[in-house]
Amino acid sequence: MHEMGIASSVIDAVRHESELRNGVRVLKVGLRVGEFAAVDPESLRFCFEALIAGTDLQHLQLDVQFCHRRNHCQHCGEYFEAAEFPFICPQCDSIATESKGGDELEFAYMEIEET
Amino acid sequence: MNRIPMERKVLSENDRVAAELRAIYERNGTLCVNFISSPGSGKTALLERTLAGFEAGRRVAVLTGDIQTDNDARRLARYGFPVRQISTGGACHLDARMVQKGLEGWPLEDLEILFVENVGNLVCPTSYDLGEKSRVVLLSVTEGEDKPLKYPATFYRADLMVMNKLDLLPYVPFDAALAHEYARRVNPQIEILNVSCTTGEGFDEWYRWLEAQRVQTGAAG
Ligand SMILES: Nc1nc2c(ncn2[C@@H]2O[C@H](COP(=O)(O)OP(=O)(O)OP(=O)(O)O)[C@@H](O)[C@H]2O)c(=O)[nH]1
Ligand SMILES: [Mg+2]
Ligand SMILES: [Zn+2]
Repeated sequence: MHEMGIASSVIDAVRHESELRNGVRVLKVGLRVGEFAAVDPESLRFCFEALIAGTDLQHLQLDVQFCHRRNHCQHCGEYFEAAEFPFICPQCDSIATESKGGDELEFAYMEIEET
Repeated sequence: MNRIPMERKVLSENDRVAAELRAIYERNGTLCVNFISSPGSGKTALLERTLAGFEAGRRVAVLTGDIQTDNDARRLARYGFPVRQISTGGACHLDARMVQKGLEGWPLEDLEILFVENVGNLVCPTSYDLGEKSRVVLLSVTEGEDKPLKYPATFYRADLMVMNKLDLLPYVPFDAALAHEYARRVNPQIEILNVSCTTGEGFDEWYRWLEAQRVQTGAAG
């Protein structure tokens, strides 16, 4: 269960970004979580809720965008989402493809209150 | 409402420390290897046998992470190389900061190889870059061949899969070829070695793999 640590990094980052903007209220934070990030979105959400409950951030919303593996075709250069094995380029049918993502664990956006 | 794009990783603080460690290893030509597996797959056994096969003068050190006890460190210290225990105090993985602390006071300039045994866990250690050059995942034949599909993130990010406990293959229903196929399905680039830490089978290839990694660090001889 390392989602607690990850949730707490998310909250720290939100506080930090808010401080950089004169303490603006952050309403929502969006994350991109890849299928190979080793993070379970449900348990991340659970930990997140537990950590903000009863604090000044208790209204902060979490948006998790789940990302599949993406591959790059070494034959024609196409980038494509590779959800199902085997990974075949939809453009040229080649199986000579390499992984180019799917392990991300990163911030996508933040929504802040209008000032 | 105002939406602002953010370009940063969630574990950017860990990644920052990991990058510092990586720079130190690269400067000194040290090969750092991070071992990840379920509890009991044989990380400590692999290190024990590896150390036992090294000449006494080699500059090799081990950091071993555990939630509790220093049993692994005591097992490993018998081979005469420097070994330190990192007690994570409950955490299910090592992070770069723990490794940085664990290395305090060690003469890193002299080190050829630093082995880092992660906490036994096939999920949590995966997200934490420790600054290693090479990441090794162990899978033992008693665990079932579908582990790469059940825990894909760990196999996706590993450079090498060591399939351990080969000596037990006659006694358990485990399809080795299928385990290889599953690992390659998740990570087509992964290298694979089959070993037994009990009999020593496969260790010639393992030592060759280690040497090849060392050559890539730019450290010759
Ligand atoms: N038969 C057999 N047993 C092995 C082999 N390798 C390890 N073992 C045994 O498996 C058990 C667990 O091995 P460890 O090396 O402690 O495993 P570990 O991955 O370090 O475990 P944790 O540190 O607790 O995560 C021990 O009893 C070892 O003797 C092997 O190749 N063959
Ligand atoms: Mg161990
Ligand atoms: Zn193509």
